[in-house]
Amino acid sequence: MELTPQTYSQLVKEASPPSPHAKNISMAFFIGGGICVLGQAFIYLYMGLGVPKETASGMASITLVLLAVILTGLNTYDRIAKVAGAGTLVPITGFANSMSAAALDFKSEGFILGLGAKMFIIAGPVIVYGISASILYGFVYWLLGQL
Amino acid sequence: MLEFFPAFLKAFLVGGLLCAIGQLLIDFTKFTPARILTGYVVTGVFLGGIGLYPKLVEFAGAGASVPLLGFGNLLAKGVRDAIDQQGFLGIFTGGFTAAAGGIAAALFFSLLAALLFKPKEKN
Amino acid sequence: MATRKGRYTIWMEDPPSIISSACVGGKMEQEGPLGNIFDLIERDSYFGQESWEKAESKMQSLAVHKALEKAGLEGDAVDCAFAGDLLNQCISSTYGLRGMGIPLVGLFGACSTMAESLAVASVFLEAGAISRGVCCTSSHFCTAERQFRYPLEYGGQRPPTAQWTATASGAALLAKGEQSPFVRAVTIGTIEDLGVTDANNMGAAMAPAAAMTLEHFFNDTQTKPEDFDLMVTGDLGRVGSTLLRQLLLERGYNLEHRQTDCGMMLYNPQEQDVHSGGSGCGCAASVLCGHLIPLLRAQKLRHILFMATGALMSPTVVQQGESIASIAHLIYLSSEKSGGPLSC
Repeated sequence: MELTPQTYSQLVKEASPPSPHAKNISMAFFIGGGICVLGQAFIYLYMGLGVPKETASGMASITLVLLAVILTGLNTYDRIAKVAGAGTLVPITGFANSMSAAALDFKSEGFILGLGAKMFIIAGPVIVYGISASILYGFVYWLLGQL
Repeated sequence: MLEFFPAFLKAFLVGGLLCAIGQLLIDFTKFTPARILTGYVVTGVFLGGIGLYPKLVEFAGAGASVPLLGFGNLLAKGVRDAIDQQGFLGIFTGGFTAAAGGIAAALFFSLLAALLFKPKEKN
Repeated sequence: MATRKGRYTIWMEDPPSIISSACVGGKMEQEGPLGNIFDLIERDSYFGQESWEKAESKMQSLAVHKALEKAGLEGDAVDCAFAGDLLNQCISSTYGLRGMGIPLVGLFGACSTMAESLAVASVFLEAGAISRGVCCTSSHFCTAERQFRYPLEYGGQRPPTAQWTATASGAALLAKGEQSPFVRAVTIGTIEDLGVTDANNMGAAMAPAAAMTLEHFFNDTQTKPEDFDLMVTGDLGRVGSTLLRQLLLERGYNLEHRQTDCGMMLYNPQEQDVHSGGSGCGCAASVLCGHLIPLLRAQKLRHILFMATGALMSPTVVQQGESIASIAHLIYLSSEKSGGPLSC
C-alpha cells in the first residue's frame, strides 16, 4: 500500500480510540443542567429578596461567575471540567473560568503584560465576535426601524 | 419549595440539552473550546435577534440564560433597547451595556483571584 | 573515528561509554511503575521555585549535578554539555546550566532531544573534540501546558489520544573508556510529515518518523528487529506505538514483543489519567537514564535501539494550519563495546 496522507489518516483513525461519547454527553447534560438549576435557584433567591425578575437573572449570572472564579482559584474547576466537558464550558461559568485561569497562569509574567493582557487569551474572541454580531444585528434592526 | 419544581426541571432539561449539544461538537468535530464558546455567543445574538431565544428564556429561565447562548441573546436585547432609546448610537452602545455585568464581574473577580491564588498542577 | 555507514547511520569505531546517568522526576512519575528509578523526586511541581519555568531549569541542574556526583566529577571535568528542552529558545537548559561553567551546545529536537544530544555528544567524543560530555534534557507538565495548550486551571477535556507531558529530567555523562554501556551507532532522522494536524494525537504524527528511522537503520546496517533485545521508542504512546508496528509490518519488519515505549512505561494507564501515555523530552530521558542504562550496565539487556521521537511544531504554525512535522533519532546502545549483530 502506498503511504499517503490520505491512507495514513485512515490508519490513524483506526488506531485512535474514540472518546467515551455516551459518558461525555450524559455528564455534560447532567452537570450543565445542574449549573442552570443552581442559576435558577439564585434567581428565585434574589426575587424572594424583592429584586425584579430581570435584575435577579443578571445577579444570578454574576453569582455563578463568582463561584466559578473561586473554584478556579481553588484548583477545582478544571477537575470538574475534566468530567463535565461542555457541561462546564457552555454555561457562563466556563467563560469566567477561561478568564480566571488565564489570569492566574499569566501572573508569573507580571501584572500588565502577563495577567492584564493575557486574561482574554481564550475569552477574547467571545467578546470580539459577540459584540460584533450584536452591532451587525443592531444595524439591521435600526435600518428596519427607519422604513 | 414544591411550586418551584417545574421551573427547576425546565431549567435543568433545557440547560442540560444545550450543554449536551456542546459536547457533541467537542466529540465529533475538530472545534476547539474557544471556537464553540464563540459560536454559541454569535448564535445567541442571531436567535435573540429573530425573537426566538427570548421565548426560550421565558420558558426555561436560567436553563436558557446561563448557557452562553443566553449571553448572545442579552447582547441582542441590549442593542435593541439602546436603539429604541438612543437611535443610531445604540447600535454601538447596546451590546457592551448589556454585557457589562458579566464581563466586568468576570474580569474583576479574575484579577482578585489571581492576587489570592496560585495555579497548581493537575491531579 | 565516527564513520558513515549507509546513507543515514554513523558508526562509532571506538564506542563512547556512558559513565554515569541520573534522573529527576515529579509526583506523577513517582507514582508510576518506574517510580523507583529516580535519583531525586520532588512532589512539589514548583521544585521550591517561583515559576514552573524556573522549576524545570532546576530539574536540569539537579540531574546534571547528580550525574556528575555519581561519576565523582566536578563540572570543570566536563568539556561540553549537550542539552535541550521543549520551551521556547530552550530556556530550561540555558538557565538550568547557567553558572556551571560548562560550554553548552543547545539542541532542539522536541521530544527527540535526548537521542539527538547523545548522537551529537558521541560524534564529538569520537572526533576527539571532547573527552567528557554531558547530555541532558527535561520537560515539565505545567510549562508544556502553558506553552502549547491552555492555562493550568482552564477546564478542558483531553481526548484519549492525547499524551501527558512528563515532569522529569535525565542526564547522561559520556566519556572514552571501558565502562558499559556504549553508544555503538546513531542514525540521524529525516523530517517526516504525513499530514497529521491534530495536536492531541502526537503519537500518530510521530510514528511515520520513527518507522522511517528504524527502516533506515536496518537498511544501513543490514540488521533486523530480531537482532536486538529491545527497541524503545521515545514517546509515541499507545496510539503511536500501534501505528509504528503497523507501518513497519507493511515494510516487512515485525517488531511485536520487541518494541516498547517510554511514554507507556513511565505511567500506569489503568490508574493514572495519562490517556495515550507520557511524552516530553524528560520522559524518554528519565526512562533511558534511570532504567535502560542501568539494565544495560547490569547486562540484563545487551543490544537495544533507543529511538526518541519529536514533533517539530510550534503553536504558531499549527494555528496557521500547518501539519505536524516530526523526526526520530536512533541510538544503538550495547552493554558490549564490540561484537553483537553489528560487528564489522
